[in-house]
Amino acid sequence: MPQPIAPISIAAYTATTAAGVGKHELLSALREHRSALTPNDFGPDPLPTWIGRVAGLESVALPEPLADWDCRNNRLAWLGLEADGFIHAVHAARERYGAARVAVVLGTSTSSIGATEDAYRALDVDGRFPEGNRNRLVHTPHSLANFVQQALALEGPCVTISTACSSSAKVFASAERMLRLGLVDAAVVGGVDTLCGSVLFGFNALQLVSPAPCRPFDAERDGISLGEAAGFALLEREAPTLSAVAAPRGDAAGLGQARRPAGLYLLGYGESSDAHHMSTPHPGGLGAERALDDALARAGIDASAVDHINLHGTASTKNDEVEAALIARRFPAAAHASSTKGVTGHTLGAAGIVEAAASLLAIEHGFLPGTVNTRSLDAACGPQVRTAPAENEVRVVVSNSFGFGGNNCVLVFGRGETALT
Amino acid sequence: MKAHGANAFFVEGIAFWAPTLPGWPVARAAFRGEGSPADPPAKRPAPELLHAAERRRAPDTVALALDVAAAAVHESGHAPGSLPSVFTSAHGDLAVNDYMCRTLASTPTLISPTKFHNSVHNAAAGYWTIGTGCMEASSALSAFESSFAAGLLEAATQCAADVRPVLLAAFDVEATGPLATVTTSAGLLAMALVLAPEPSARTIAAFDWSLASGASVAVAPASAAARALAGNAMADALPLFERLACGSTGELRLPLSATLSLRLVPKPLALPGSERRASS
Repeated sequence: MPQPIAPISIAAYTATTAAGVGKHELLSALREHRSALTPNDFGPDPLPTWIGRVAGLESVALPEPLADWDCRNNRLAWLGLEADGFIHAVHAARERYGAARVAVVLGTSTSSIGATEDAYRALDVDGRFPEGNRNRLVHTPHSLANFVQQALALEGPCVTISTACSSSAKVFASAERMLRLGLVDAAVVGGVDTLCGSVLFGFNALQLVSPAPCRPFDAERDGISLGEAAGFALLEREAPTLSAVAAPRGDAAGLGQARRPAGLYLLGYGESSDAHHMSTPHPGGLGAERALDDALARAGIDASAVDHINLHGTASTKNDEVEAALIARRFPAAAHASSTKGVTGHTLGAAGIVEAAASLLAIEHGFLPGTVNTRSLDAACGPQVRTAPAENEVRVVVSNSFGFGGNNCVLVFGRGETALT
Repeated sequence: MKAHGANAFFVEGIAFWAPTLPGWPVARAAFRGEGSPADPPAKRPAPELLHAAERRRAPDTVALALDVAAAAVHESGHAPGSLPSVFTSAHGDLAVNDYMCRTLASTPTLISPTKFHNSVHNAAAGYWTIGTGCMEASSALSAFESSFAAGLLEAATQCAADVRPVLLAAFDVEATGPLATVTTSAGLLAMALVLAPEPSARTIAAFDWSLASGASVAVAPASAAARALAGNAMADALPLFERLACGSTGELRLPLSATLSLRLVPKPLALPGSERRASS
């Protein structure tokens, strides 16, 4: 078992999804128990399915110095960076620590492949990419972190993690290690994935896409709904000063210490491999459970301390069956487990950070999301899996992300006081 | 120029593969000026970890990564299932990407499900953990033409932070089809290292490492055999493997970006017995 880690402070975070730009739009959709999925209208020949599409990306313009990076994925990254004052929080960290002391560690499954797909549909007479879509820095997986590092004017280590649907969960683990070794003083983590032909037609070829809005953990679930999203978090080793912790707008911040939002922390993480199959989870959930065990051990807590679990819950037959059994055997009945995929769709390489944001919103607002679209829970679900949202104090949240290749990552988040005890 | 932190890793396994340098013994000899590249060049390796049918169908990236990973782990003496792993590649499998984009442009509903799941950047990591029954953490990274340095930084960071041995596998392949308009990567090139946090009887080489900020300068490969591989996107690894072959003592800086380098300073090798005496 791994050793407990020192909690990592989350100084700022944001998420932009089909629910809207910024984390408050996500919170509103979760509170209203509202799906942001819409009928698929993406690309020239849309498949009959539903998608979580971010509105208005087609008209986002990158700032002039970054114009060469233009593509759907980097537009979404930029839109996401501008939300919730995230850029300003990063600039403050850059001033505090120096550009070389802030890492950029981002996850994506397909990065800018949409731009490459576009080029293949518009090849010139010589079979080459068309003029205007030839930036070699865009047609490669590192387009995402490379672009974001430029956009934020940072100079620390910069890497793109691409482990399919666990990508932007694993970024927390990589950043924690860099912080622990003192290689950097802060890290921008997160992930961005955009809708593209590869994932829509690829998951369709695997017969994993639902013709209707996805219904996680429903007895009659019939597949996933794909989505797109950008999310970021700013991690620091030291507890931030009060001024560095952004109080939610409209909150009664300033009315006294007791009313101030407690700081948010990454308490632990676990990473593992299924060693089973490229696109099907281990039937016994052994890999997922191993990641959970490691995450709890790093957090120094027992499963009984967990108030809420943000499930991977894609609505694929296999994932939900295996994950439901894992939750049923490992968590107390009082834990509130739910999947937010019915709200945002499965945002693939961005799912880890979107669900990290949902977890942090739950802690900050004492709000437990339900499982949108789900009507009748699968018999495999224990009492932990809920369809309806609830209000309650949330101290510790576990967030699950499981990807192709049997790549698993489980994160644990908590409030300041849970981190200090 | 500032250097941040100081950690060390101890190399317990080295593997290398290119068609002209198929295996570390051939590569090492060529880098030392004691041997010649293979002529004719070797065919791509057939990874024994895969079943016969999978072996034929495996993308080049998977075949290369599994071959070097297995060779480095074998030399290290660790059980393959016991090591966390970091797989790094600038571009992933360019032939699979070319297939995906070509098919999407013509007949998108005919995408092969197998090609799709092979298109994920962590396909090689997935096949490695499945083939070896490894349930440890595995990662898959990209950092454009600094992907070897970024992978080495991630592996060395894991090794130092969690005080346990880590497998690093690095690979890139030839750009094919219209992708070659923008993606410059030639030939097949792969290498792997097993890094340990402490010296042991199996230590082959050792380095102190740190981050160094300030304008970075890529070191050109010294040997003709390595220079011939410089067109591959994983070529940023070549200067380190030349050092490993020749046992040079000077420091080496691998660019992580235009303004940051991974600084490697070779450590003299002490026998495990003398190391224990020295530290007691």
